Amino acid sequence: MSILADENTRLIIQGITGTEGQFHGQKMIEYGTKVVAGVTPGKGGQLTLGNVPVFNTVREAVEATDANASVIYVPARFAADAALEAIDAGLKLVVIITEGIPTLEMMNVYWSAKHSGTVVIGPNCPGIISPGKTKIGIMPGHIHKPGKIGVISRSGTLTYEIVKELTDGGLGQSTCIGIGGDPIVGTTFLDALPLFESDPETEAVVMIGEIGGTEEERAGEYIHNNMSKPVVAFIAGLTAPPGKRMGHAGAIIDGGTGTAQEKIRVLGEYGIPVAERPDQICTLLKSALEK
Amino acid sequence: MKIHEYQAKEIFRQYGIPTPKGAMVTNPDEAVKVAKELTFPVVIKAQVLVGGRGKAGGVKLANSPQETRELADAILGMDIKGIRVKKVLVEEAAKIKEELYMGIIIDRAEKLPVMMTSPAGGVDIEEIARTTPEKILKLHIKHHLGPYDFQVRQIGYFLGLDKAQMNQLGLFARGLYRLFIEKDASLAEINPLVITETGELIACDAKINFDDNALYRHPEVEALRDESEEDPLEAEARRKRINYVHLSGNIGCIVNGAGLAMATMDLIKHFGGAPANFLDIGGGARSEQVTEALRLITADKNVRAILINIFGGIVRCDRVAQGILDAFKQLDFKLPIVIRLTGTNEEEAHKMLEGTELIPMPTMSDAARKVVELVK
Repeated sequence: MSILADENTRLIIQGITGTEGQFHGQKMIEYGTKVVAGVTPGKGGQLTLGNVPVFNTVREAVEATDANASVIYVPARFAADAALEAIDAGLKLVVIITEGIPTLEMMNVYWSAKHSGTVVIGPNCPGIISPGKTKIGIMPGHIHKPGKIGVISRSGTLTYEIVKELTDGGLGQSTCIGIGGDPIVGTTFLDALPLFESDPETEAVVMIGEIGGTEEERAGEYIHNNMSKPVVAFIAGLTAPPGKRMGHAGAIIDGGTGTAQEKIRVLGEYGIPVAERPDQICTLLKSALEK
Repeated sequence: MKIHEYQAKEIFRQYGIPTPKGAMVTNPDEAVKVAKELTFPVVIKAQVLVGGRGKAGGVKLANSPQETRELADAILGMDIKGIRVKKVLVEEAAKIKEELYMGIIIDRAEKLPVMMTSPAGGVDIEEIARTTPEKILKLHIKHHLGPYDFQVRQIGYFLGLDKAQMNQLGLFARGLYRLFIEKDASLAEINPLVITETGELIACDAKINFDDNALYRHPEVEALRDESEEDPLEAEARRKRINYVHLSGNIGCIVNGAGLAMATMDLIKHFGGAPANFLDIGGGARSEQVTEALRLITADKNVRAILINIFGGIVRCDRVAQGILDAFKQLDFKLPIVIRLTGTNEEEAHKMLEGTELIPMPTMSDAARKVVELVK
């Protein structure tokens, strides 16, 4: 098992004819992802990336191919609209890779997805991978290995760093989700944790947080009250100054809230081990799994 | 992006929110000219983007043209938290009976804008939240047309307003919400929202921050940017589209990805060092960006060593290596560089860098430990 995406996921790539769509589309197909269609308005009727048909609209693509998920590589100005189109077409999983979507537009996407029961992952994220089954996003596939650790992270390359540590340390992954670095994301820690808790294949979870917001604190409370599986955390941004955006739109200490110190303190109070360095996560996980 | 109070008040007026009469000036003569058109006393307020100007002496009351000249002269050129005051706002001083608070931000947990009001205005909302949270009313606004009339009434009763004031309150609540949505703000705040001795409501201060991701569709907002208050290196980085935050340490950092960049800075501190900056060259980093990043970092005179940490996934390590080699050709610096390159095309990259003075390290912990040793 895995969560949200597996070998049966039939994927549409929105923005398939663009540079990003072409590059990552190819990588996803090489990984084994079932890419059944692409959408680029105005370019319908073509074939690309071997024999992937391109459509003008998501609805047409869904009708023709029975797709059930979409990944969005569309530039920021058009990405929220692309997501709304995918939600409107009835897709159950929409992964938004794009960085730079205005917060108010994302808010609209969030509520539209809620109303139609669509799971949105991202934006500003590396995507989701269930190793050995499917890869939807931009993460390097080869560092992952099938296994029993669930990974949820607000970051991209930091997740790769930690996933590689896990793989090198003999701990494969069930599913890794990059939830994204924006203030409003479709899937939060609180949404993903219950999925890992009820996934029979996942035995433990790594949660990678960072400064900004209070999502990690709320996740800590949830883990403490509701989870039987061990969770190990890492929080980035101990050295981040207040009031400055650290790359990610959501990574900002605002009015004293959202500091790494506070998140680490609260997680500690809930009994959740927090690694001081990324290379300690493997050891912490192994000792948590032995208990 | 932040703007000045006088700019925010101009936007308030466009949205029908009453503000005191006055104007922004850049010298004492103009200050006197503006003051003479107003009723004394007038208030002279330093226009800087940092907080705490009141405590620093940047806000003063003047009772005559002569006093206006003296105070404007004193405030212009004053240093507030490292920022030199170049503009002051001269305004009619409100006769304050009560100071209220009204502000809107995005509630990240609820995924909605939240309007916060309080009868305890005039101090930081965070301060009120800490000491007397029961004095803040939070209302989530679920509709693009909101707030609804009943919400405005709810706010009015909470603030203890009379009927006439309740009608005025609608102007503030609706105007502030409309501008928040239409201008893609991330914060819009009136603090204090003053009730005058004659019972009028007026916005005596104004603060608006904007969503950087939405600036492309608001050229009128982008035009309000005051670069003179930005850190020069941060302004340069922004023009080059590099995510950079200037810090006070002496170890320059170049990393791909924001989370990994923060984790790298934290590791430097963990091993007893101090990072000079946050720098993310981004997901699709090309060699030119690496060269630009090195140019930025070497322009910071505090930097004594550099740590480059790249996890090549999408970013190819050989391109990063090429950027470093190009930078060596274009820039003249003698700082030691510790480098950790892993992932796509790493062998190629390491070959390219052979024979240079770069110090390669296998893991990010090793690299951080090494660079800290070098500056000790």
